[in-house]
Amino acid sequence: MADAPTLRVENLKTYFFTRAGVVKAVDDVSFTVERGRILGLVGESGSGKTVTGFSILGLVDPPGRIVGGRILFKGVDLLGLPPEAMRSYRGARIAMIFQDPMMTLNPVLRIETQMIEAVLAHEAVDRETARQRARDALGQVGIPSPDERLRAYPHQFSGGMRQRVAIAIALINRPDLIIADEPTTALDVTIQGQILYEVQKLCRERDTALIWITHDLAVVAGLADTVCVMYAGKIVERGPVDAVLTRPLHPYTIGLIGSVPSRNRRGKPLQQIPGMAPSLIDLGPGCAFRNRCPRADAACGGEIAPIAPEEGREVRCIHTTPADAA
Amino acid sequence: MSLGFDPARESPADAAPPRRPPPLIALTHVSRNFVQPRGLADRLAGLFSGAPAELRVRAVADVSFHVEEGEVVGLVGESGCGKSTLGRIVAGLLPPSAGRVFFRGEDVSALRESRRREVALAVQMIFQDPAASLNPRMRVSEIIGEAPRVHGLVPRSEIPAYVDEMLRRVGLDPAMKRRYPHQFSGGQRQRIGIARALAVRPQFLVCDEAVASLDVSIQAQILNLFMRLREELKLTYLFISHDLGVVEHLSDRVLVMYLGRIVEEARTEELFARPNHPYTQALLKEVPRIEAGRRLYRGIGGEIPSPLNPPSGCHFHPRCPWAMPVCRVEAPPLIEIAPGHRSACHLNTTPATV
Ligand SMILES: Nc1ncnc2c1ncn2[C@@H]1O[C@H](COP(=O)(O)OP(=O)(O)OP(=O)(O)O)[C@@H](O)[C@H]1O
Ligand SMILES: Nc1ncnc2c1ncn2[C@@H]1O[C@H](COP(=O)(O)OP(=O)(O)OP(=O)(O)O)[C@@H](O)[C@H]1O
Ligand code: SF4
Ligand SMILES: [Mg+2]
Ligand SMILES: [Mg+2]
Repeated sequence: MADAPTLRVENLKTYFFTRAGVVKAVDDVSFTVERGRILGLVGESGSGKTVTGFSILGLVDPPGRIVGGRILFKGVDLLGLPPEAMRSYRGARIAMIFQDPMMTLNPVLRIETQMIEAVLAHEAVDRETARQRARDALGQVGIPSPDERLRAYPHQFSGGMRQRVAIAIALINRPDLIIADEPTTALDVTIQGQILYEVQKLCRERDTALIWITHDLAVVAGLADTVCVMYAGKIVERGPVDAVLTRPLHPYTIGLIGSVPSRNRRGKPLQQIPGMAPSLIDLGPGCAFRNRCPRADAACGGEIAPIAPEEGREVRCIHTTPADAA
Repeated sequence: MSLGFDPARESPADAAPPRRPPPLIALTHVSRNFVQPRGLADRLAGLFSGAPAELRVRAVADVSFHVEEGEVVGLVGESGCGKSTLGRIVAGLLPPSAGRVFFRGEDVSALRESRRREVALAVQMIFQDPAASLNPRMRVSEIIGEAPRVHGLVPRSEIPAYVDEMLRRVGLDPAMKRRYPHQFSGGQRQRIGIARALAVRPQFLVCDEAVASLDVSIQAQILNLFMRLREELKLTYLFISHDLGVVEHLSDRVLVMYLGRIVEEARTEELFARPNHPYTQALLKEVPRIEAGRRLYRGIGGEIPSPLNPPSGCHFHPRCPWAMPVCRVEAPPLIEIAPGHRSACHLNTTPATV
């Protein structure tokens, strides 16, 4: 299927079956990422962004389980693949940059060994070529003295340097899809700019599709084409980045954008969304945001289906008109 | 003369009692090196190329500063410039290779055991890497409740309620307290680290990228909590962050580091309004804003200097648009250029010849 999108996720449900109850970490999530496109995935801490990424890569461990939906990678349903086939997709065609870089890095191996292995696992080149690729990849993510640094162990790197090595490993095989989970949280703006530059180049030149999970709305604004906002296991708002960030419709998105420090007076308390995210255990029907929402009424306790208020946008809220905002 | 507190001169032992209480934390000429021994193959290669047998990183180089009680001091700088190393030294988790650290005027390397334990409890750190700093085999209730129980800060019978209260403060549902760290999301783990540090009622908190993996709404909640604790308890902070928006919002004063050195220090409004050092100027120019919309990112031009082999003179000279001949040769001293504003740049003493 040549014109199938790189990734289409349909009604994905990933639950954790814990003794305390069923944690609905991802609950009916759907989105599409076309070739060469960048999807920004933002949302509440604990809303299911990482678990969505893990589900795509087949990395959800018990007691977690994908209980519903389809994950189509270039038209192939990944959920139907045998484990060996999935393994050969991982790293080579689909790569993930983990929120915790030590999920990628082995603490007892030199950076060099790990990066060379990453190349050799998916490509038959000689060791010296692989080493050269590793060296160049470190340079791409802004690590100076790559030759010396290749010989180091992860603990000898700073937090941001470890994060950059994990990024370099994900980019090294030029996969078709990269899921980047908070990849630049610990990076200063200069290095972050360098990495976003490499990433944009990859998307442009090699048609790589990208899911960029982040809480940094400025990065989403600068990088992504579309954005999905997650809250309590569901996508509550989706649309073109500039539309969503300049004219958010869902009350959660509105609250989120209002909390950005630069929108608040220096030294004054920051605007925050009142209340606490609900426990994802046995969440009933109704909007999960309703106990924190200034617009909530009795109707919000019923089933909320996504609506499309404008071309290309979708919101899971029944009070999004200007009258509701008043 | 530096404005920084100099305990060598103001030592309570041999001088008249100082009018002001000593700062909560003071560092004088602190450095920290790391040595990475070369492998055998590298050493053999080095025999011919003349490379040294070990690689030396000067993560922190001759740093002096102080933090007054109740102050929030921001620490910013490029990834790998030594912020976490400095933070760990301040928190007493890593001994400096040279220089001294003072807590309320006392040299922490010379404390008696009982006092040392008190200081260790009073100074807490929130780690950049929450996953690695939480014991994977302990339940959250133990992670947060252990230290208050062991140190008798809270009566044993009140520990469960105390843990619940700590969790609520960082926006976590106490119903989750029987879980293990791996059962949480990244940002939830980070908040467990924050709750653990706050649970021992510290006087000084080193926050190392403490809110980096939180969405902005929860981040706002945590930052508001920090500011409230500061007002109520005079809690004092060294706030390490790459997020200049957060640093600007929260800090009274900001330190800017570049390759192990402090290159600029000023009150926050002053620093953001009148950055003096060319590195600070470059840094502030890049602050991303949502309003900017979609953009084409550009790579870093030229070589990024390496802490393994820092450039001579001013470490910033290879990237500095104003670099002069003297910058390649001589390290500029950190001097006061306005009251409370220090900067290490030759432009302040040698006018540029443009
Ligand atoms: N092993 C597990 N057992 C039970 N619950 C889990 C487990 N792993 C994750 N969860 C829960 O699933 C939910 C979604 O987690 P996820 O890591 O996807 O959040 P996230 O959106 O990535 O958050 P963050 O921004 O904080 O990283 C969280 O509420 C988390 O507590
Ligand atoms: N245990 C160690 N052994 C060897 N080198 C180390 C060690 N810890 C840190 N370093 C080196 O010291 C320098 C400073 O590291 P540090 O972690 O302090 O940086 P940082 O400013 O916190 O960076 P980041 O913003 O990426 O977290 C880096 O070059 C790093 O490689
Ligand atoms: S000392 Fe020279 S090189 Fe360094 S910042 Fe100032 S002008 Fe630039
Ligand atoms: Mg996550
Ligand atoms: Mg660090």
